[in-house]
Amino acid sequence: MKLALGPLLYYWPRAAVLSFYEDMAASPVDAVYLGEVVCSRRHELAFEDWLAIGANLAAAGKEVVLSAQALTESEGDLKLVCRTVANGRFRVEANDWGAARLLCGARGWVAGPHLNVYNPQTLALVAELGATRWVAPVEATREMVAGTLAERPMDLEAEVFGFGRMPLAFSARCFTARRLNRQKEDCGYACLDFPDGMALETREGKPFLAVNGIQTQSSGVYCLVEELNALRDAGTALLRISPQSRGTAQVLRVLRAAIDGDLSAYDARKALAACSPGKLWNGFWHGRAGVEAA
Amino acid sequence: MPRVELVCPAGSLPALKAAVDNGADWVYLGLRDDTNARNFPGLNFDAAALASGLAYAHARERKVLVAINTYPQAGNWARWTAAVDRVAALGVDAIIVADPGLLRYASCAHPTLELHLSVQGSATSHEAINFFHQQFGVKRAVLPRVLSLAQVAQVARHTQVEIEVFGFGGLCVMVEGRCALSAYACGESPNTAGACSPAHAVRWRETPGGLESRLAGILIDRYAPGERAAYPTVCKGRYVERGATYYAFEEPASLNTLELLPEFARIGVRAVKIEGRQRSPAYVAQVTRVWREAIDACKGGTFTPRRAWLAALDRHAEGSQHTLGAFSRPWK
Repeated sequence: MKLALGPLLYYWPRAAVLSFYEDMAASPVDAVYLGEVVCSRRHELAFEDWLAIGANLAAAGKEVVLSAQALTESEGDLKLVCRTVANGRFRVEANDWGAARLLCGARGWVAGPHLNVYNPQTLALVAELGATRWVAPVEATREMVAGTLAERPMDLEAEVFGFGRMPLAFSARCFTARRLNRQKEDCGYACLDFPDGMALETREGKPFLAVNGIQTQSSGVYCLVEELNALRDAGTALLRISPQSRGTAQVLRVLRAAIDGDLSAYDARKALAACSPGKLWNGFWHGRAGVEAA
Repeated sequence: MPRVELVCPAGSLPALKAAVDNGADWVYLGLRDDTNARNFPGLNFDAAALASGLAYAHARERKVLVAINTYPQAGNWARWTAAVDRVAALGVDAIIVADPGLLRYASCAHPTLELHLSVQGSATSHEAINFFHQQFGVKRAVLPRVLSLAQVAQVARHTQVEIEVFGFGGLCVMVEGRCALSAYACGESPNTAGACSPAHAVRWRETPGGLESRLAGILIDRYAPGERAAYPTVCKGRYVERGATYYAFEEPASLNTLELLPEFARIGVRAVKIEGRQRSPAYVAQVTRVWREAIDACKGGTFTPRRAWLAALDRHAEGSQHTLGAFSRPWK
C-alpha cells in the first residue's frame, strides 16, 4: 500500500508551506496532492507556486496530483478549476462534477473524496470518463469500500482517507471570520492564525469540531493504522494522510513502517497519538459515528 | 418571461392534498424508506398513498415529483433501482436524484422519465449542472443554498437546464450533499441514511442549568428559560472557542425569499421550492397559499410583499427569524 499526502487544507504562511513540501520531498510519501481546495481567498501561494512545488516533488520521485477546489461558486472559482485541469503536466483530482466534466475523456484523473462516489455503478461511470483513481468519501465504511471495489474496473486504484482531522462539511460562509465578527470578504486572512483549524468544544468542555474557514472538520484525528489488513483486503492501494502543522513527516514514517510490518499496529498507534492535534478516532470505517473509536 | 413554478413538499397524503388545493404546481415527496433524504418515522408514502396522491394531483393537472435522492451502496443498490422502476410504472411526472450511477440507470431504463438533479447532488456551477445534462439528460437542477443571486443568474445564463431554488423553510448552512456532520456525531447522515440528526438519536432533558439538547449523547446546546430551542442539528448548536460560547455556524433562522420573487423571474429561475416534507399539512397549506398568491401577483409590474403574507410566513420561522440566506449574503 502506498502513502498519499492529501492537499493542504489549512492556510499557512508561504515560507511554512515551502518548507513543509521540502520536508515532504525527503519523506517516505509516494504521492502528493497539491493546491488550494478550501477557500479561493487564500493567496499565500499562486497557482504557479504550486506547479513549482510539484516540479520539485516530481524531481524527488513523488507522484504529483493537482487537487481542484471543492466548492465552486464564482466564475473566478471556475476559471481556477479550468487552469488546474489544463495544467499540462500533472494529474488532476476532481472534487466536483464541474471539474469532472472538464476532465471527461482525459485519461488518468482522480475522482476526489468530495465527488460522492458511493457505489460500483458510479465508480464504473467515472472510470469510463477517464478516472483511474477513486478517493472514497471520508464517511466510507469498510463494507462500502469493499462493496464498491468488488466489481472494480480494470486499472482503477482506490485511496482511503486514513489519517488526519476529518473534513466533514463545506459552506458558503466562513466560520473563522464569523468567530471574529468579520465579514467573509474582509476576513483579514484569519485562518493564518489557526494552522490546524480553530478548535471548538461543546458547552461541557469536550473537544468536538475544528473550524477551517468555510470547512468544518473533526477535532479528533481519523486514524486507520489498526485497519491496514482490512484496507488491503478491501482493495485499497493508497492511504491518504492529511497535512498537519507538526509531525507530518513522522506520521508518514510511522505509517510506512506499520504497512511494511516493521512496527506493530499497537506501537504505531501510540507513536501517532503522540504527534496528533486530537484524539484518534476510527468510527466511520466501522459503520459507526465518526467521533467514536472502535 | 415564463411563470415561476411553485414546488411544494408533502410528507403525507393530507399534505399532498393541501399543496394541490392551495396552488402548488408540483408536489414533491418520498417513499417510506432510506431512498429519500427525509427518512423519518411515520413520514412519506407507501404504494397505496402514492397512487392516491398521483390520482388526486393529476385530476387537477398538477405534477408529482418523487425524491430518490440519497446515495445507494453496493449492498442496497437494488432497493434504489426498484424505487425508480416502481414510481416510473406508477406514472410520476419526474424523479429527483443525486447519485450519478442511479441517474444513469434511470435514464437508460426509463428514457422518457423526466430527471431532476437533487440539491444533494451539490452542483453549484453551470459546468457541474451541464455534466448532468450531457450525461443523463437532466432537465432541471435544484441549486444548493450557497449561491448569491448574481451567481444564480450566472449559472442560469450558461445552461439550458431549468434552475430551481429553495425559496422558503429550514435552512442548511452547509452545502447539501457535502455535509457529514450528522454521521460524525451519530453515524447517520443525509447522503447515506437519508436523515440529519435522526429523532432516535436526539434527547431533550431539563437540567438545573437549563434545557439540554443532545445528539447521540453529545451536548449540542443548552437553553435558558424563555430561550427558543432549535432542533439539535450539529450546525445549529452553540459551542465554546477560547472561553466564548456562541452559535459557531448560524443562529437558528429560516429562509424566506418572498421579496426576491421578481428577481428570480428576471434572472431565469424556473421554479421555487418550499422546504418541509417533515412539516404538517397545515404548514403546507398556509405556506403554499401565500406563495401561490405572491407568484400570481408578481406576474407584471411592481411587486411588494403584502404584510399579511409575511405575517403568515413568519409564524413558521425557526427561532422566529427569517433570512435571505446566501442570496443576499449579509455575512459577505
